[in-house]
Amino acid sequence: MNEYQHLTKQGLWDNNPALVQLLGLCPLLAVTASVTNALGLGLATLFVLVGSNITVSLVRQFVPSEIRIPVFVMVIATFVTIIQLLMNAYVFQLYQSLGIFIPLIVTNCAIIGRAEAYASKNPWQRAAFDGLAMGVGFALVLVVLGAMREIIGNGTLFDGAELLLGEWAAQLRIELFTVNYPLLLAILPPGAFIGMGFIIALKNKIDAVRSARAEKKTVTRARVTA
Amino acid sequence: MSFRIAPSPHGHNQRTTSEMMRWVCYALVPGVLLQSFFFGPGIWFQIILALGTAVLAEMACTVARDRPAFSALRDNTAIVTAILLAISIPSLAPWWVIVIGTLFAIVVVKHVYGGMGQNLFNPAMAGYVLLLISFPVQMTNWLPVSTISEHSLTLWQTLHTIVFEYTPAGYSVEQLRAGIDGVTMATPLDTIKTELTRGYTLTEIYQGPEFSYFAGAGWQWINLGFLVGGLLLIQQRIISWHIPLGFLGGLCIPAFIAHIFAPDLMPGPIVHALSGATMLGAFFIATDPVSAATSNRGRVIFGLLIGFLIFVIRSWGGYPDAVAFAVLLANMCVPLIDRYTRPVVYGHGD
Repeated sequence: MNEYQHLTKQGLWDNNPALVQLLGLCPLLAVTASVTNALGLGLATLFVLVGSNITVSLVRQFVPSEIRIPVFVMVIATFVTIIQLLMNAYVFQLYQSLGIFIPLIVTNCAIIGRAEAYASKNPWQRAAFDGLAMGVGFALVLVVLGAMREIIGNGTLFDGAELLLGEWAAQLRIELFTVNYPLLLAILPPGAFIGMGFIIALKNKIDAVRSARAEKKTVTRARVTA
Repeated sequence: MSFRIAPSPHGHNQRTTSEMMRWVCYALVPGVLLQSFFFGPGIWFQIILALGTAVLAEMACTVARDRPAFSALRDNTAIVTAILLAISIPSLAPWWVIVIGTLFAIVVVKHVYGGMGQNLFNPAMAGYVLLLISFPVQMTNWLPVSTISEHSLTLWQTLHTIVFEYTPAGYSVEQLRAGIDGVTMATPLDTIKTELTRGYTLTEIYQGPEFSYFAGAGWQWINLGFLVGGLLLIQQRIISWHIPLGFLGGLCIPAFIAHIFAPDLMPGPIVHALSGATMLGAFFIATDPVSAATSNRGRVIFGLLIGFLIFVIRSWGGYPDAVAFAVLLANMCVPLIDRYTRPVVYGHGD
């Protein structure tokens, strides 16, 4: 397994920022009431993560280690400002529905965590790829949780996707079943915590089953000599 | 050799869990009978639905967790959870309300945490809070009690309403709640809350048809029914007196003090004690042996905390009654309470 495959596996599964590191839970829990919101915030985080990782990696030789954290925060804040202004300009309604959680990406520990743990120690190509893998892993969890909550709470999928993707995306809206009385709990914050718990449990279960299978396959030999 | 698993504290009580739970069911009878008298036969359908759902959910969970299907049913805890939830919700709530609530209580609150004896939260009350937050309209549709109600439903009409949300004649529950003058009647606690915000005093509010002798018409007798059942449980030593006493003390003492200072704005201790789910909560819900504190001193604190929280939420909160929220909040404090009230081991004290 070369470095890039390793990074992909780490970001998407083994060391997923949302499921394993449990970082960036604040936006994760707050904005995943629908797939559209989740995807919007996931893409924004992905952009910031890749941008900040590349920049941090490029300047890593010049940054004294004593003040590295403030420098990282400034770099991240720059990218967040860029994405905030872009969203304000092009997807205004989504910008409004995400609200405070776009500027709050600055404080998303998943991003500063990657800057500190990986980007500040590796060349920029790898750092960029690490940001991509981690960002995609984070965004995927956001989308899965958003889909779960939207289906249970509202009976729909991709409701309001046109706010993010343009007019054509209005076709994407799927109404799985009509509910007269939505299960509000799923859309409210406690629903996010409960849903997140179930997703983590599912991941752990899959890992347990896989490792049990792997153990069966490997033939263990008794070591007879030291 | 088989070990008998008794609920904590592991004292000298010789009863099995299933026997204790059966006693809880017997003790519920007076209150439930009174409730079915004042709110119609709907409560029986709710109980049947809850029991059916609970049994199926319990079996499904035990099978999914590689345990024999009937093992968990034998301890009767799922049955008590189902009944407590069924009598907490309005008797004409649509059938899916109780089904969703019971499923959540058994599957998520009980079995996800590890089954009987492992749950952090009281399953019935967690299910109730899920329902109250998710379906506020259905969960607050209490009919006026039968003695002052303009409508009374037959068995068939009740069943029809629970299944289709309308009576055979096409009335919704909302319409059934209206009095002869077309004004919707609410529960006594609801009435107190809304009328106080409209500037009426308690003396004026108590003149309304929803109130009679001590507190709300009908509700006071239901509460007394649960009080009788609860005293039976204490007499049988199924529950200890610490939690109910703490509960009622935590509720009534602040209510008494507040009532002395503002007699026309704060309902007195008797109104509090005989309204809403006070007695059901004090004797049947807060005393759940799994999610309550374990030492006697801890139980008194646990009860006081619940009672005080109910007083605070009823007086200044957004909801008219608060037993479920108070119990869940106190459940969260149980590890802390248990830590600081651990009895001193003989010979190790100072």
